[in-house]
Amino acid sequence: MLRMIVRRLLLGAVSIGMVSLIIFGGVELLPGDACTAYLEREAQGKLLENCRAQLGLDRPAWERYWGWMSNAARGDFGTTITGRERIGKLVGDRLLNTLLLTGCAMLAGIPLALLLGVVCALWRDRAVDLLFSSLAIFAMTIPEFISATLLILVFSVWLGWIPGIILTPADAPLIEFFPEILLPIAALAMVMTAHILRTVRSSVIETLASDYAQMAILKGVPYWRMVFRHILPNALLPTINVVALTIAWLLGGVVVIETVFNFPGLGRMMIDSISDRDLPVTQTLALIIALVYVGVNLLADVLTMLANPRLRTHKTRSA
Amino acid sequence: MNTAATPARAPARPGGAFAALVAVLADIARTPSGAAGLILLSLHLLVAISAPLWVPYDYREVNSLLILSAPGAEHWFGTDHLGRDTLTRTLLGGREALLVTGVATPVAVMWGGFTGIFFGLTGGRLDDLFMRFVDALLSLPWILKMLVLIVTFGTGLEVFIPTLAFFYGIPIIRVARAATHDVVARDFVQAARARGHGRMTIIGRELLPNVRDALLVEGAMRWSWMLLAFSSLSFLGFGVSPPTPDWGLMIANARGYMSFAPWGVLAPMIALSSLIIGINLTADALAKTLGVDRAQKAPV
Amino acid sequence: MLEPATRPRLEAGGHLLNIRGLSIGFTGRSGETLPILRHIDLAVGRGESIGIVGESGSGKSTLALAAMGYLKHGLNVIGGDVLFPDRDLFALSPGQLQDIRGRRLALIPQNSGQSLTPTLRVGAQLTETLKLHSNTAPERQAARVTELLAKVRLPDPHLIAGRYPHQLSGGQQQRVAIAMALAGEPEALLLDEPTTGLDVTTQAHILELLRDLAAQYGTSMIYVSHDLGAIARVCERVVVMYAGEIVLEGATRQVLSSPDHPYARGLLASLPRLTGSHLPAALDGIPPMPGGVGGGCAFAPRCALADSQCREQRPGLETTERGQRARCLRSARASEIPIAPAPGEAGRRPAIDDDRAALTLDAVSIRYARPTPLARLLRRAPAAATVSDISIAVIKGQTLGLVGESGSGKSTILKAIAGLLPVENGAISLPDNQTLAAEVERRNPSQLRAIQLIFQNPDESLNPRQTIAEIIAQPLRLYFDISGAELRRRSVEILDTVRLGAHYLERLPSQLSGGEKQRVAIARAFAAQPDIVLCDEVTSALDVSVQAAVLGLLDTLRRERGTTYLFVSHDLAVVRTLSHRVAVLYQGRLCEIGATARVYSLPSHPYTETLLSAVLEPDPDRAPRLAAHDAVESSPPAAGCPFQRRCARRLGAICDEQAPPWRDAGGGHRIRCHLPLDTLQSGPAPAV
Repeated sequence: MLRMIVRRLLLGAVSIGMVSLIIFGGVELLPGDACTAYLEREAQGKLLENCRAQLGLDRPAWERYWGWMSNAARGDFGTTITGRERIGKLVGDRLLNTLLLTGCAMLAGIPLALLLGVVCALWRDRAVDLLFSSLAIFAMTIPEFISATLLILVFSVWLGWIPGIILTPADAPLIEFFPEILLPIAALAMVMTAHILRTVRSSVIETLASDYAQMAILKGVPYWRMVFRHILPNALLPTINVVALTIAWLLGGVVVIETVFNFPGLGRMMIDSISDRDLPVTQTLALIIALVYVGVNLLADVLTMLANPRLRTHKTRSA
Repeated sequence: MNTAATPARAPARPGGAFAALVAVLADIARTPSGAAGLILLSLHLLVAISAPLWVPYDYREVNSLLILSAPGAEHWFGTDHLGRDTLTRTLLGGREALLVTGVATPVAVMWGGFTGIFFGLTGGRLDDLFMRFVDALLSLPWILKMLVLIVTFGTGLEVFIPTLAFFYGIPIIRVARAATHDVVARDFVQAARARGHGRMTIIGRELLPNVRDALLVEGAMRWSWMLLAFSSLSFLGFGVSPPTPDWGLMIANARGYMSFAPWGVLAPMIALSSLIIGINLTADALAKTLGVDRAQKAPV
Repeated sequence: MLEPATRPRLEAGGHLLNIRGLSIGFTGRSGETLPILRHIDLAVGRGESIGIVGESGSGKSTLALAAMGYLKHGLNVIGGDVLFPDRDLFALSPGQLQDIRGRRLALIPQNSGQSLTPTLRVGAQLTETLKLHSNTAPERQAARVTELLAKVRLPDPHLIAGRYPHQLSGGQQQRVAIAMALAGEPEALLLDEPTTGLDVTTQAHILELLRDLAAQYGTSMIYVSHDLGAIARVCERVVVMYAGEIVLEGATRQVLSSPDHPYARGLLASLPRLTGSHLPAALDGIPPMPGGVGGGCAFAPRCALADSQCREQRPGLETTERGQRARCLRSARASEIPIAPAPGEAGRRPAIDDDRAALTLDAVSIRYARPTPLARLLRRAPAAATVSDISIAVIKGQTLGLVGESGSGKSTILKAIAGLLPVENGAISLPDNQTLAAEVERRNPSQLRAIQLIFQNPDESLNPRQTIAEIIAQPLRLYFDISGAELRRRSVEILDTVRLGAHYLERLPSQLSGGEKQRVAIARAFAAQPDIVLCDEVTSALDVSVQAAVLGLLDTLRRERGTTYLFVSHDLAVVRTLSHRVAVLYQGRLCEIGATARVYSLPSHPYTETLLSAVLEPDPDRAPRLAAHDAVESSPPAAGCPFQRRCARRLGAICDEQAPPWRDAGGGHRIRCHLPLDTLQSGPAPAV
C-alpha cells in the first residue's frame, strides 16, 4: 500500500519534470525567443540585445532551464518581459481569485452532481432522469462562452439581478467579488456538474446490474439499505478520478469564462500574457496549471487507493 | 445461463463499405435522439455547402442606416453593429469552422490512431516513456497550447488545421492504445502471433477491424470538441479575421449590444449550439450502435 | 398422479415450494413474446433435495431465480405462479419478499466472487444477514459470524471475517456464500451452479459440506447444475430441462441409470467417464432458440426415435412404467437409445506408434515474473519458477494428456511451445534435433506450420470481425501461398473435414453456435496441415453433448492424419477418453507420467490420487474421497516436492527440502515421490 503511494508520488514528480521540459523546450523549439516574440518588428540591434541580456537568453539552454526550475522551486518566477514586475507577486492575487472561483464552483457543483447522478440512475428512464440527463447533455456540449453569455443575457440584461461584468480589481479582498462572481461560478459549475452527473449515473446503473446487487436483493436486503451499503460505495469509487479530471478541465474552461466576465484571475492573465507576448509569464502560468493538474490527479489516485479495499489490501491468496 | 433477455444484435453483414455506412446510419436513426442528431448535422452540412448560393444579402454589405435594427420582414434576424444582415452572416458563419474541423478530425484520428496502436502493440519501456510524454502534454490546458502556436504562427487555415489535428490527436493516442491493449490480450491475436504472421498483418487484419469502432466514436466526439475549441478561439479574437463571418466572432462582437439587440447573439448561439448538440447526439447514438462503451471523460 | 415412491416426504411435510404452470419470457425485437420457461410444474417438499439439470439455454437458472420470486431485467411472467408455501411470490409486495428472501429462502449463487459486495468485509456481509433475518442479539452477532464461518469449514474464521472478498480464494468465497445463506436458517436453499468454475478437489469438498448441512438442518434444496455428477451426489430427485420445459422427472438413481426420455439418455451417453476409456457418444444438433419451438416436441429434431407424430403433437408429462415422468410420446421405446457408447470403439488405442517423439521438452522452465531492477540490485532471491524442469516426449501420432488444477502451469507450457512465452531454461525441439527458438518471430515457416494451437474459448480465439472464410484463409495463405478459386476449394474441403458446409464461409463467428465455432477453430488449425496440435481446454466452454462431438472429431482427425496432440484439460474424464499417455502437473512441476490406463490406476502419485478420488461421476453410489484439503496455493514452494503442503501422505522434512526422485513403475510409467513404489501401490491415503 505505502509502496503504491510512493510509486504514485514518484510518477507525479516525473510528470511534473516532463511538463516543465515541454513548457521550456516548446518555447525553445518555436522560431525566435521570448525577446523576438515580444519586440516583434523592433527585434534588432541594441533593443534586442538588452532584452536578451536582461532575461539571460545569452546563456545556454540547459543552464537557463535549470535556473528557471530551481528558482521556481523556491517560488521565484523571475520578472515579466518588461522587467518591471515580479511574476510571483502578479500571480499571487490572481491565483487566489481563480481558486475562489473554481473552489465555489466545485463546492456547489460536486455535491449537486453526485445527488442528481444517483437520482437519475435510481429513477432511470423516468421523468426526473430524462429531464436532468437532457439538461446535462445540453450543459456539457454547448461552449462555455455561450452558456456564460446566456447567463449574462438572462440574469443581468433581462432580469437585472447581478451585474454581468466584474469591475473589482485583482488585489481586492475576496469578499468584494460577491455577488458578481455568482454568474461565473454558475457558468463553470454547469459544465462540471453535467460531466460528473453523467459519470455517476452510468456508474450507478452499471453497479445496479452487478451480481452483488442482485445477491443483495435475493438475500432480502431492503432497497435503500442496498443502495447505500452495497451500491453507492462501489459506484462512487470510480467517479473520484472523473471528478479530478473535471477539476483539471476547470482550469482550462476558466480561461474563457474569466474573459467573458472580465474576472481578474489566472485565466485572463494567461490570455493577456499571450496577447502581450510575455513568454515568461505564460510559461509560469503553464507550469502552475500543470502542477495543479498533476496534483489533483495524484490526490484522486491516492484517495482511490485508500478507499478501495481491492487496492488497499493485499491479495493474500490467489483465487 | 440466461442471456436471452437481451437478444443478440444482428451482426453486421460483410459487404461494401457503403452498405455498412447505410446500415449504421439507419441504426442511428432508429432512436429519437440519434435521428434528431442526424437531422441537425445534415441540415448544418447542407447549409454550409449551399448557403453562398442563396443567402439573401452579401455578408460584407455594410449599411450605416440599418445599424442594429430589430428583426423584420427585410432582415429576419435584424442587423449587426455595421448594419450587416445577421441571418446571412449566421448562415455562412459555420463554413470556416466546419472546413477546419472537417479536415483536422480525420487527420487527428489517423495519426492518433496509428500512433496509439503502434505503442499499444509494442509496449515496454518506449511505450511507458511515450505515455508519460502524452500525459504531460494533456496536463496543459488546450487553450494555452493552441494560443501559443497561433500567436507564433498566425491565424490562417494552414495553422489551425495542423494545430487542431496535432493536439486533438493526442487524447486519441490514449484511446487507441487502450483499445489495442484490450484486443492484443485476446486469443485471436495470440493465435495470429503463434501462426507467425508479421506485425503489419496483425495490425491490419486483427487489430484495426476491432479498434476501428472505438476510433470512429472517439473521432466523432473529438470533432465536437474541436468545433468548440475553434469557436472559443474565434470568440477570444484569435480565430478567423473579419469580415469573414464566424459564429464565435459574431457572438463576441454582438455581446456589447446584447442589452438592446439580443438577436445579434442569439442567432449565432443557436446555430453553433445546434451543430454541436447534433454532433454529440449522433456520436452517442453511434457509440450505442457500434457497441462501444464510451467512458465519460472530461474534455481535456 | 404423483408416484409416492418418488416423493417420499410429500405426505409428511406437504409442499414447501409449489411452482404451477409457470411460464416466463421476454419481448423480442419485433414485439412478440419469446418464452424461456414453458409451463413448469414443480413441487418441493420440506427437507427434500431436488436437482434441476440442463444445458445452457435450458432455462434452469431462470427457474431457480423465479423460485425466489425474482426475474432478471427484461423478463416477465407469462402465466402460472410460485407458491411458498401457499402465497404467490410474484404477488407479494417488496417488503414481504424481503422478509422471505434470506430468512426462509436463501440463494447460493454461481459465482460468489462476483456476488459478494467488494467494498464490505466478509464479516459485515454476514452480520447484515443476521441483523435482517435472525433473532440473534446484537452482542451475539460477532460470535455467530465466527460460528457460521467455522460451520462451513473455513480455517481461522476470525481472520476470514475481517477479510474482503477479493482476499479469498474461489473455494473460500463459495463457503462464505454458503455461510451467508445459512445465517437466516432458511427452510429452503436454492443453489445455482454453486461449484461451477471451482477445481475438482474444491468442488468435492463443497458438495460434501452441502450434503452434511442439508442433512443436519433438514433444509430443502433446489440444486441447479449442468453437472450430473454433482446432482447425483446431492439430490434425491432430478428434473431434466430442455428448451425451457421439464422433459423428465424422477428419482436420481433411476434417472441416472435408466432414464425414460431420449434427451436424458443422450446426455448420459455424451458424458465422458473416468471408469471407461471409450469416447462418449455425441448428441447431434443444437437446442432451439427461445420461440423456436414449433407445435411438436422440442427435442424431436435431435431425437433418434422421433416420427411424424412427434413433430406435430406436443407431448405432455406422463408417468412411465418405471415411475418417472417423461415428456415423450415414445418413452416406452426410450431404452433403445444407448446410454453408454458401444464398447467396440475402445479398441482404437494402439495407434500409429513408431515410438518417435514428435515433440520433445527437455528440462523446460518458464518464469512469468521477471525480477525487477530493484530486486536484482538488492539481490533478493527470485521467486520459484512458474513452470520448472518439465521433460516430456510426445510420441508421434499419439495424444498426450496434460492434467492439473488451475495454476498447475498446463496452459503456460502450451504457450511456451507455441512461442508466445519465453522459456527460461531448457529446450523444446521437433524431430531431427530442430530446437525451436523461444520467440515465435525467430522460428522458420516450416516450424511454425508444424505446430498449431487451439484455444479454450472460440469466442476469444476467432476474430469477431472476420468471416469464416477469412479465418480459414489465413493459415492457407500464410503457409501455402494460395489464393482465388484454389483458396476457396481448399477452405470448403477443410470445413468439410470438421463437418461444416460451404455455406458457413460467408458467416461471422457470432452467427454460429459454440460447438460450430470450436469446429471452425479446429479447421483453422488443421488448415496448416500441422504435425502437432496443442489443445488448450478445447471443450471446457462447451456443453457436454457438444463436447462429445468435438472430442470425437478431434480423435478422428488424429487417426486419419497421424497428427500428434498435446491435450490440456482440468477434466480427468475428458483426458482419459482421448489420451494415450497422461502427464499430471501440480504447481508447474511434473508429478506423474505414463500410459493412460496406468496413470488412472495404482500406483499413483498422492496428488493424482487426490484428483482422481475427487472426481464426481453421475452415479449416486460412488462417493468422492477427499484425500487432501483443498487450499489453493498461489505459488510453488521454493524447494522440495511441490505438493508438500497439501499431501496427505507426507513423510516429513524430506518432502520440504529435497526434490523427490522419479520412481519407475514400469512400462514408461514414472512417479515423482519420496514414497517407495510399494507404498504407493498399497492404495489410497486416509481421508482427511
